[in-house]
Amino acid sequence: MRLASILLVSVTLAASVVLPAQAKHRDGVSDVRQYVLDNGLKILVKEDHRAPVVVSQIWYKVGSSYEYNGITGVSHVLEHMMFKGTKSLGPNEFSKIIAANGGRENAFTGKDYTAYFQTLHKDRLEVSMRLEADRMHNLSLREEDFVKEVNVVKEERRLRTEDKPTSLTYEQFIATAFQTSPYHHPVIGWMDDLESMELSDLQHWYKRWYSPSNATLVIVGDVKADHVYRLAKKYFGVIPNVKIKPVKPQRETKQRGERRIKVRAEEEVPYLLMGYKVPVLTTAKDPAEVYALEVMAGVLDGGNSARLSKQLVRGKQIAVSAGAGYDMYDRIDNLFLFDGRPSTGHTIEELEKELRDQVKRLHTTLATQDELDRIKAQVVASKVYELDSVFYQGMQIGTLETVGLNHKQLDEYVNGIRAVTPEQIQAVAKKYLIDEGLTVAILDPINAKKEMKKLVANKESGADHAK
Amino acid sequence: MRNKFLVLLSLLVISNISFAGPKIEQWQTKNGAKVFYVNAPQLPIVDLRIVFDAGSARDADKPGLASLTNSLLDEGTGALNADQVAEQFEGVGAQFGGSSLRDMAVVSIRSLSDKVILDKAIDLFSNVVAKPTFPEASFERNRKAMLVGLKVAKQRPNSIASKTYYKQLYADHPYAIDGSGTEESLTAMARQDVMDYHKRYYVANNAIVAIVGAVSRAEAGKLAERVTSGLAAGQAAPKLPKVKALAAPITKLIKHKSQQTHILVGQPGMRRGDPDYITLYVGNHVLGGSGLVSRLSDQVREQRGLAYSAYSYFSPMREDGPFTMGLQTKNSQADEALALLNNIIKDYVDNGPTEEELKRSKQNITGGFALRVDSNKKIIGYIAMIGFYGLPLDYLDTFNETVEAVTVDKIKDAFKRRIHPDKLVTVMVGGE
Repeated sequence: MRLASILLVSVTLAASVVLPAQAKHRDGVSDVRQYVLDNGLKILVKEDHRAPVVVSQIWYKVGSSYEYNGITGVSHVLEHMMFKGTKSLGPNEFSKIIAANGGRENAFTGKDYTAYFQTLHKDRLEVSMRLEADRMHNLSLREEDFVKEVNVVKEERRLRTEDKPTSLTYEQFIATAFQTSPYHHPVIGWMDDLESMELSDLQHWYKRWYSPSNATLVIVGDVKADHVYRLAKKYFGVIPNVKIKPVKPQRETKQRGERRIKVRAEEEVPYLLMGYKVPVLTTAKDPAEVYALEVMAGVLDGGNSARLSKQLVRGKQIAVSAGAGYDMYDRIDNLFLFDGRPSTGHTIEELEKELRDQVKRLHTTLATQDELDRIKAQVVASKVYELDSVFYQGMQIGTLETVGLNHKQLDEYVNGIRAVTPEQIQAVAKKYLIDEGLTVAILDPINAKKEMKKLVANKESGADHAK
Repeated sequence: MRNKFLVLLSLLVISNISFAGPKIEQWQTKNGAKVFYVNAPQLPIVDLRIVFDAGSARDADKPGLASLTNSLLDEGTGALNADQVAEQFEGVGAQFGGSSLRDMAVVSIRSLSDKVILDKAIDLFSNVVAKPTFPEASFERNRKAMLVGLKVAKQRPNSIASKTYYKQLYADHPYAIDGSGTEESLTAMARQDVMDYHKRYYVANNAIVAIVGAVSRAEAGKLAERVTSGLAAGQAAPKLPKVKALAAPITKLIKHKSQQTHILVGQPGMRRGDPDYITLYVGNHVLGGSGLVSRLSDQVREQRGLAYSAYSYFSPMREDGPFTMGLQTKNSQADEALALLNNIIKDYVDNGPTEEELKRSKQNITGGFALRVDSNKKIIGYIAMIGFYGLPLDYLDTFNETVEAVTVDKIKDAFKRRIHPDKLVTVMVGGE
């Protein structure tokens, strides 16, 4: 349920904005009003009158999982270029106008979406609508801007991936787990593809995906839904629709046995990643399985009282950190993840064995009612806490719509969780947490060789003494 | 005439909405902790936070002690062990949190306002803060985990840069201490150190309590008593020494195997409640505090594509916190980027912002006021800060007018007096 360190890696942002690790969901989203313009733009409005602010987010159904080899990272570079001006605006002018109107803005690209947002005083909503509609169809893609901006993205990749051993490991791990699925690609793209990217790649991408019928406008805040609709119609209504040719399914080919990799990197402390292929809400034949996987993530890592903290970090003290995570709102089949770092005096092999024992335990023993009750209590409370942020409410609605679900499914979340039984958790564990679907990656620290040798030698001599 | 009147009226209404901060009420608990409270009845949530003057600035000769103490609070209280503490918080969906900065140790709880749930959460929270048992096994485990954290940080260019930067900035001032500790200090630390530290600093006269949520003033009064009644009255922490200005420029080049060089440039900046606070804040907003539209970002990123992020900020603290400029760029461009950074700050101190830049920054700051206080989370952050640093209760109410009063000349004057481009600390990590 947490695993923030890993999930953050899969999202790249235009500037420093921290995203919630997972899009979560709440009770009573049904007060979302929905409109659709003639050109296909969907508008979802959720009134929240607590403070005189509004968040406006536009979500495009395109991200790294729409890409293919040779152009990886193009969705994200295009996101950067969306700030470089239109037929009527110069580079960076979009940001200057939003700033002068007291707004905060940014954008983010993920596997399944590219989204742009502004948070403003409620009186300034029209400014953001006007600008966002403009760049949906009037973007100026200029060579001189592109040359600089692709360098910015390469610096971003160096910062987030190249110089971060855990990110490097995650990237290689994902590329190993997925061979034919587009989840294979890193969101930010392979460095080699960034090196060879051309302006025409972006022009093509913009033309192919940026269209009203491929977008969802999500507005949350101190506004009246009908007023929002009138504004949206005024600014977005004039944009001609471009027919979207749907993305190919590119389903992952069947995995036929465990996969293992090592990643050597400048690091002192080893790090482990394990992932099992699992369905998500869009792909599962039986949605109950997805809720069972979600609760299973909670049993393992739903807080400090969950199994991994209690048994691996505190009890056996084998790990300094251990996590499990699952995102049921991905667009296509993804992984149920484990990660961790061994504590001093323990090896990565021991940690892996402990995590595998946790999986075995899920196969053989039912979760207790106490565990499920705690997860449910946390889920119910979180639904309320999430209402403290208009931005987050928008994130949830936008994510669901963009991966091909209906935002109304947010309403089903709490009941879906409540309905999960210990037997269902055991069943999904037996069905999906199996070696045939497992990928393991070990970050092998270059700078810890000596120390590890010492450790192993000590252990061996210790064993000798015992004999 | 009538139209004009209407326009004025509507402006007045808007400015009323956007200028008024939340209504803060303040009182003191029986044993001396100051309480700051905002009623927020819209959502059935209560947030409560206690801030102690017990950050790493109080570590003295035991770097890491403040952080270790804070992280051990929920490892046991009374007859409960760490598992049971976690189970009880999570069993009612309450979120316990702790953190340790240079000035502060923070403990917080977020709970549903339902009476039964809130009672359970607050009882446990009170015991965890006031009567932790600090089990020996937990102490050992967390100490070792911090040592592992140090090893990981040793490989991160940003961590190396930041640690080096503070050391150079603050020399023998307590702000030079790194809260994550050192190998030597953590290895030498004993459980008794933690117990002594808790006894000395986690006391009512060294604490402020902040409460935001769906509780009445009377109920908040009771909550504040409950969470502090287990604390000894104790003594406030002694005053920190003043920060000395740098006498000469300092440059530290650290070779590290990374593709990028991380650059930090700066000096001691200002404190909370500083008479120049707003002027420097607004001035920095133009320089490097307004994201993609700031001067630094424009010059470094927009114009030249040298870095993903280029920024500057003041971190006002009890005493002068840093003024910092920073960026990361591939090794071959590091010298070019550093020269640019130095030119920008020199030019800015000499000439200040343009009228147009200042106008845009003011528009952004004042026009975005509502965004600062649009959630309980943000409000409690503000009132805890106001309370801890003893800022006036109308800090937020007067925020926009004090921003409006800033002029180009005031910024030039303040930057000239306070920022010295010829005496900056420069740290570069990378290049190998």
